[in-house]
Amino acid sequence: MENLLDSWGLTVVTFSPLLGALVMFLLPKEKEYEHKVIALVTSLWVAFVGLMLLIWFDLDATERLQYVVDKSWIQAIHSRYVVGLDGISLPLVLLTVLIVPLCIVYSWNHFPEPKNPKTFLILILVLETGMIGTFVAQDMVLFFVFFEVVLLPMFFMIAVWGGPNRRYASLKFFLYTLFGSALMLVSFLSLFFLTGAESFVFSEIADNVVAHAVSRTAQLWIFGGMFLGFGIKVPMFPFHTWLPDAHTEAPTVGSVILAAVLLKLGTYGFVRIAIPLLPEAAVEWAPWIGLLAVIGIIYGAFCCLAQTDMKRLIAFSSVAHMGFVMLGISTLTDFGINAAIMGMVAHGLITGMLFFLAGSMKERYHTLEIKRLGGLLVQAPKMGWILGFCAMASLGLPGLAGFWGEFPAILSAYNPANGLPVETFRTFMVVAALGTVLAAGYLLWLLQRAAFGTPKEEFAEDPNIHDATKTEWIAWAPLLALILALGIYPNLVFRATDGAVDASLTPCLTIDVDQLSHEEIETTDCPEVYGLLDHGSDHHAVSKGS
Amino acid sequence: MTTNLMIVAFERPAIDWHALAPEIVLLSVGVLITLLDILFLEKARPYMAALSGLGILATAIPLLTLGIDGTERVLFDGAYVVDDFSLVLKAIFLLAGYVVILLSTNYIVDGDYWESEYYGLLLASLMGMVMMASSRDLISVFVALELLSIPAYLMVAWRKRDPKSNEAGLKYYLMGVFASAVMLYGMSLLFGVSGTTILSGIADSIESGDGSSSVMTLGIVFVVAGFAFKVSAVPFHTWAPDVYEGAPTPVTAFLSVASKAAGFVALLALIFVGFYELSNIWEPLIWVLSALSMTVGNLVALRQKNIVRLMAYSGVAQTGFMIAPLAVAGHSLTTGDQALSAVITYLAIYAAMNLGAFAVIITLARRTGTAEIDSFAGAFHFAPGLTVAMTIFLFSLAGIPPLGGWFAKFEVFRVLATSGEAWGYLLAVVAAINSVIALFYYASIARKMWADDSKEVELNSVDITPSLVSALGICVLVTLLFGIFPQLVARFTEVSLLALGT
Repeated sequence: MENLLDSWGLTVVTFSPLLGALVMFLLPKEKEYEHKVIALVTSLWVAFVGLMLLIWFDLDATERLQYVVDKSWIQAIHSRYVVGLDGISLPLVLLTVLIVPLCIVYSWNHFPEPKNPKTFLILILVLETGMIGTFVAQDMVLFFVFFEVVLLPMFFMIAVWGGPNRRYASLKFFLYTLFGSALMLVSFLSLFFLTGAESFVFSEIADNVVAHAVSRTAQLWIFGGMFLGFGIKVPMFPFHTWLPDAHTEAPTVGSVILAAVLLKLGTYGFVRIAIPLLPEAAVEWAPWIGLLAVIGIIYGAFCCLAQTDMKRLIAFSSVAHMGFVMLGISTLTDFGINAAIMGMVAHGLITGMLFFLAGSMKERYHTLEIKRLGGLLVQAPKMGWILGFCAMASLGLPGLAGFWGEFPAILSAYNPANGLPVETFRTFMVVAALGTVLAAGYLLWLLQRAAFGTPKEEFAEDPNIHDATKTEWIAWAPLLALILALGIYPNLVFRATDGAVDASLTPCLTIDVDQLSHEEIETTDCPEVYGLLDHGSDHHAVSKGS
Repeated sequence: MTTNLMIVAFERPAIDWHALAPEIVLLSVGVLITLLDILFLEKARPYMAALSGLGILATAIPLLTLGIDGTERVLFDGAYVVDDFSLVLKAIFLLAGYVVILLSTNYIVDGDYWESEYYGLLLASLMGMVMMASSRDLISVFVALELLSIPAYLMVAWRKRDPKSNEAGLKYYLMGVFASAVMLYGMSLLFGVSGTTILSGIADSIESGDGSSSVMTLGIVFVVAGFAFKVSAVPFHTWAPDVYEGAPTPVTAFLSVASKAAGFVALLALIFVGFYELSNIWEPLIWVLSALSMTVGNLVALRQKNIVRLMAYSGVAQTGFMIAPLAVAGHSLTTGDQALSAVITYLAIYAAMNLGAFAVIITLARRTGTAEIDSFAGAFHFAPGLTVAMTIFLFSLAGIPPLGGWFAKFEVFRVLATSGEAWGYLLAVVAAINSVIALFYYASIARKMWADDSKEVELNSVDITPSLVSALGICVLVTLLFGIFPQLVARFTEVSLLALGT
């Protein structure tokens, strides 16, 4: 079993959905029930393999890539099929394989117009392949291909099954992300040529960046290209404008997948590629990333307060939450990036759940205009409670998953990595902390307007408004349970990520200069940009927070 | 025919019959078709398409044996060469020709046009292309070019009851002849300076100091401009939209793929074998042509309402992508080889995806009776299979992985980035911006087909003929396979002309 998993596990988990999609493609459109069953079985099988991968995963060596497959792919350009799983990828892969079957269950009886379950489910499965592939790819070209594979199904999901303004939203989503990834590709290629590497495999490129001493200017430009590619996907302020449109117009399941997994592709890119490969450029970019992150937090929160549509509000809350994630990443510390990955998982669960709820409410009320909602707790008490639960989780209530994403991210900004301006990041910390207050504000206000009070007159007698159905419960229960479980025992994620994150950062970023003498620092051989030497003297004055 | 005359007039040079076998088979089939038409008239008509298709497949057999044999064969003192480069391109031409015949089958019958002559001319044009792939001498390049062009002028005007088609034919003819004349003048200048028509001889003469001559420069510029017309690069593209729109759609497909590829082949042979040393002349020229073609083609394509015109402008933009690697090809021998592979890779993948797109257009236009983009709205509801296929081709043209087009674009970017020159990077950025612009109109068509409501009341499904199904099948398969396993195409296109030239 273990041998089989070792050599085939990741390939199976990545391409099984595609196989399922192929079978469905050959089956006529009229057999709707068969299509649903095939899609569900495929996604459950993928989830099962994902679970097996977790069980056999060596949690004591999370920094090591496991289940590695290294096969020749495109010799002509030295690109290889290299996949592997480490502590950073693991939680995200598991999140993906969990979300997809839940989405299929949720859609079971309510496919958005114009129905056509066959195509809808095929798109979801293709999407799954793209998402898992991105998280396991260890070769730049392979990563790029999977990163792009995700675009098409989501484009069609929005364009065909979306809301009234779907044509505009779908194209906007597509063009924004494609623009980013085109520049990302140019960055990848120039990095490959400047390092003179023998292949596009991450680890080899990383070694070569050090060995070939790629010039500082080139590194900064290349990081800039990647920053645009990943930053648009995250999305960071000011590239976020596609997100509210896409989220608002996408069908429920599309929104859920978009929020739960797709946005993580961007942040994952930073953690997996940009920072480990170009740490020196990262140090110089980090304050700007941090700045955009906190602007995103505050701006997202204010936008939330101004929204009149519930789904759009949740979309803007994503901008704010991803701001926390990016703040954690921009500290370049082990602590901050761990928090960021926790934040990604928590945001995936919580916001995914919120979009599910929004979709179900839309189905009942046929509107998500907040001022027309109200009294959900009266008409559908269980859904009302779930909304309350998710709002609490989203605003970062201790004991629920959201807390472990936000709080450590803010805390990590107190003490950023070597070479980063401490005062700037502490300012960011204060601003981000204010952001949590705003988050509490808009979420509680939403809860108050949507769930409390008495139902509005137009919906008071509406028989259409009923409590959560059985399929909804099946789709939601795992998410709710995980939000609680991760809130109580966040180590479920940290255990996997910690070792891997630590190993992905160069020691120059993480060594504690206070513990070393001047001579010892000199022997570390770190470039000037980390500011180790001038760090010591003035640093003693400011006492370090742990 | 040309060869025959030469044999009579001069002492017969040694002929490698194996090397010429593909041309001989193709020629025989063409002659056979003409003879059958004369002998049996109407009775032979239904078999012509099948016969010419089989003829092309038969031509592929000697191609295969030559490929397996693998030795480089040089004929007629280097005027005609059969090497890996020419074999790969001949294969592309034949495959494209075969698909075009599949596309033409019903189109020509339904329109009640002359059939036997059509296929005869198609094979003659194909013959010119196959010759072009091997030509390494100014005269054979020119003869091949005319052999492929003249039948094409006639085919463009094939819908002779339609004034648009006539206009297109005349336009294509006049512009084509004008370009030929310019090119011929350039060639005469080259001959005047170097004293030889053989490309490698021209290269030697450039190396020995004739390269500094301004007449040589003028000759190169004229020749490149002539081929820029053939591949429809801006500013020599103006014929393309009208001709594409007026010509029978299968002929348009043929022009946009095979004829364009033939122009590229000649350009490659001339640049790599003949003028490689003078990269300071042709590199800037190509750079400008490339940047202009991409930008102008894409921007004008944004405004098109007719799908065939849109494909014409998108074809102009794609030309810009295809010649982009040549703009840095003179940097070093390695870069040159990579540029060559990149262009051929692009041509091979482009042939599959563009022919596929035209196959869908032909099928859908047969049903809706118009090529307006609006008439494709809601195609997903009445032709889901065709819509999926079209989506694959459109996004492949846009370069979205994992569809074939991504690798073609990737190769272009790779070459531009390898050169390490500022000009290369600048062109890469221009290309990156242009891929986003191009995506806009490709994605708009796809969106229209998927998301919009159909204009028509009755939603009966589209009838699609078996030959179109096979054409589509071939194109979809190739587009997907080349995208997922690019090594399939990359291992054939890793050829070199420079070893020969220098």
